[in-house]
Amino acid sequence: MKDMQDGYTTADGRKIGGVVMEMKNITLRFGGVVAIKDISFDIREGEIRAIIGPNGAGKSSMLNVISGFYVPSEGEVWYRGEKRPQLSPYKVAQQGIARTFQNIALFEGMSVLDNVMTGRLGHMKSGLFAQALWKGKAEAEEVVNREVAEKVIDFLEIQHIRKTPVGRLPYGLKKRVELARALAAEPKLLLLDEPMAGMNVEEKEDMSRFILDVNDEFGTTIALIEHDMGVVMDLSDRVVVMDYGKKIGDGTPDEVRNNQQVIDAYLGVSND
Amino acid sequence: MPDQFLFATEVFINGLMSGVLYALVALGFVLIYKASGIFNYAQGVMALFAAMTLVGIMNGQVPFSHIINAVFGTDIHHFGWHVPAFLAILLTVGVMVLFAWLVQRLVMRHLVGQEPIILFMATIGLAYFLEGVSDLMWGSEIKKLDIGLPQGGSFWIEDMTAGLGSDNFYGFFIDNLDMVATVVAALLVTGLVLFSQYTKQGRAMRAVADDHQAALSVGISLNFIWVLVWSVAGFVALVAGIMWGTKSGVQFSLSLIALKALPVLMLGGFTSIPGAIVGGLIIGVGEKMFEFAIGPMVGGATENWFAYVLALLFLVFRPQGLFGEKIIERV
Repeated sequence: MKDMQDGYTTADGRKIGGVVMEMKNITLRFGGVVAIKDISFDIREGEIRAIIGPNGAGKSSMLNVISGFYVPSEGEVWYRGEKRPQLSPYKVAQQGIARTFQNIALFEGMSVLDNVMTGRLGHMKSGLFAQALWKGKAEAEEVVNREVAEKVIDFLEIQHIRKTPVGRLPYGLKKRVELARALAAEPKLLLLDEPMAGMNVEEKEDMSRFILDVNDEFGTTIALIEHDMGVVMDLSDRVVVMDYGKKIGDGTPDEVRNNQQVIDAYLGVSND
Repeated sequence: MPDQFLFATEVFINGLMSGVLYALVALGFVLIYKASGIFNYAQGVMALFAAMTLVGIMNGQVPFSHIINAVFGTDIHHFGWHVPAFLAILLTVGVMVLFAWLVQRLVMRHLVGQEPIILFMATIGLAYFLEGVSDLMWGSEIKKLDIGLPQGGSFWIEDMTAGLGSDNFYGFFIDNLDMVATVVAALLVTGLVLFSQYTKQGRAMRAVADDHQAALSVGISLNFIWVLVWSVAGFVALVAGIMWGTKSGVQFSLSLIALKALPVLMLGGFTSIPGAIVGGLIIGVGEKMFEFAIGPMVGGATENWFAYVLALLFLVFRPQGLFGEKIIERV
């Protein structure tokens, strides 16, 4: 399966395309601490790719490398067939990589709609003066982008809280608004950092459904981090397993599930 | 109507109007603090610098003429032309934008992520630096600023209201300049609110004020927004500088209006634009009314300390101010 240059077909018959993002020998150090050690893997167009591992395995660090928040100490990031130079996170976002955060980073003082609209900023091209004077093109642009935002809001079933300030929402809904904001950017790659952390069973089911629907409806490529094994295995097409900063497994959920190293890591067996 | 009541009303109205000027200065602080968490000590000096630049450009003064003359042995001071007020204001806005860009480029971007106290110290340095640059550029003598704003009491209002009281009451004395300042401040605040609510850059500005990480993740350049915010604060400083400079001349003491903005911020909260306005009005009215009612009993001059005592009371009983974000400490 992995040898196939032009992608593969999943068990449920979805066509997965070529490589969107490739991490080549990524190492990340903070002073003397090695958070990621020589990890390589790829993310293919249209797939749901999971990165799993026990706490402290370096999953979030890896996501931060992909989204540009961390700069790898060694290794290369290849995005859409080109080697990516060292970029500020906002430039990475402008290239079409949207993300959510483990601890939710929303604009608490702004309404849900305004939050989702910030996701559209990259698609609004009119300049400062046109915007300030609110003329022609700027206005038309606002209308078009507003429509996309409303569509995403409908899709994630948060119409009833459109005008509510985000700070007042319960945790589960905040997570959904964050997903909506990322989705509004119409990303080429969507990164989800523990999208189900801290949720109850019902909320987890909702979130799983939304992730699958997003992938299905918009064909969005998704990379997600999760430490709840059960959820990940049901959701994802391929899984990278990390432990102590190293990659210990990579493959379909079934392959990974039967990997002895992965089993050991999750059961806490010492492997040095 | 009893005269005493009419006098009090006059004091109240004048208090509101001086409050508007306090609010203008406080507004500059709030803008930068909200967007970057920096308490910009240099805001007052920025008002001074903006006013000096405006006067200098209008009079066709050669910037840095003392240095130029000392180095090249020349004796030039003026270009020999006068720039109309409107054009001079536009040019000064340009200078303030350039200043914002330089501050961001040379100072603030190197201090991202530092402790608030370090950022604060940096702005103190900036204040003294800018003060020196203002003197070098335009000279340190007191300058008259006249861009054609009406000054002096409004006879019209005085005549209209003279009949309200007894013969001892001559009508309300209200300064024309104060009225202009009120209108300008109202326009400025309306403009700022519209800009931040309905434009792409305004939305990005609010986003940055709310959460830096999240702003980055949707593709907003923090540097760009900070330059924008410092530019807007520079513009607000210019407006404040024009109003205060027209009133009492462009001189060093203009930069001390920043000290008057501090109690306003204590009242209104450091993060609230409506707070800055209401806080300014309360301080303006409060100090004038206090002087009117209590001043004569304690020998006057209460205006010098009233605002600070009020701010102190707020610090004790409501440290987040009237509209500031609630301080909730999690344990």
